[in-house]
Amino acid sequence: MSKIRTLIVDDSSVMRKIVERSLRQAGLDLDKVLEAGNGAEALGLLRDNSVDLILCDINMPVMDGLEFVRQLQQTGGAAGVPIVMITTEGSESHVVQALSCGARGYIRKPFTADQVKEHVIPVLGGKA
Amino acid sequence: MIPTNEVLAHHPREENWQPFLALATQEVFEIMLGSKLEPVSPNGPQTPVTQFTAMVGLAGQLCGVLSLRCSTQSATRMACKMLGLGPNEVDQHMWDAVGEVCNMVAGNFKNKLVGLSEHCMLSVPTVITGADYCLHSLADGGSLEVVLIFEGEPIVVALELHT
Repeated sequence: MSKIRTLIVDDSSVMRKIVERSLRQAGLDLDKVLEAGNGAEALGLLRDNSVDLILCDINMPVMDGLEFVRQLQQTGGAAGVPIVMITTEGSESHVVQALSCGARGYIRKPFTADQVKEHVIPVLGGKA
Repeated sequence: MIPTNEVLAHHPREENWQPFLALATQEVFEIMLGSKLEPVSPNGPQTPVTQFTAMVGLAGQLCGVLSLRCSTQSATRMACKMLGLGPNEVDQHMWDAVGEVCNMVAGNFKNKLVGLSEHCMLSVPTVITGADYCLHSLADGGSLEVVLIFEGEPIVVALELHT
């Protein structure tokens, strides 16, 4: 098991802390945890940092989560890094949109640490 | 797209939505804060001394504003429980915590209404601090409100609808 470098993208700093705590409760050995308040900030961070996992909200100011994932796919940034959406937008169309943009998992808020574990561990493959 | 009238026919508003709103709120507090919300007791406080008001807009087939009102004490407790910090450490996080709780209640509520979730978008939350304000909503489609007790203090969750 190797340490996981993680990027958490959410406009709520409280939610970013909760996501990080849930990842630790899920048993992930986190290394560096980067935080961004919107998709544009996240793209900026990924220019200078490499990560193993991205967790991303959808509804955010400046650049939303779906647009962030789209741009990441178009530019080939963070190629192969699994992205899991964590959002209040729980409709089927949002799930389909997120997955078709390139997300590998989808967690609806409110969520438990067990749900985080269930959706995140599989997408990490051998790293977890 | 399901016509609005058809959706509303399956979910007559004031009559059937109040339990969904209460359940959506209770679930968020139980899952994210580890707190069980209680119903208001006839002899207890019915409304909070409002110092925090969080609002999330809904647009699409369900159009309006969902708000959450609470006291400073409740906002502090929400932030403490969400962050696992003490009351003296959460000053800068209270508004964010209340906004995020409101956001999750709005999302959880709309996801419970079959047929509406697909066609309703949420705004990012806005939070007002202080009590001396008037909220002038353009909602003209009725409203519903639930009051629940969080750690001994009432919190109010209200939904005001546009037609």
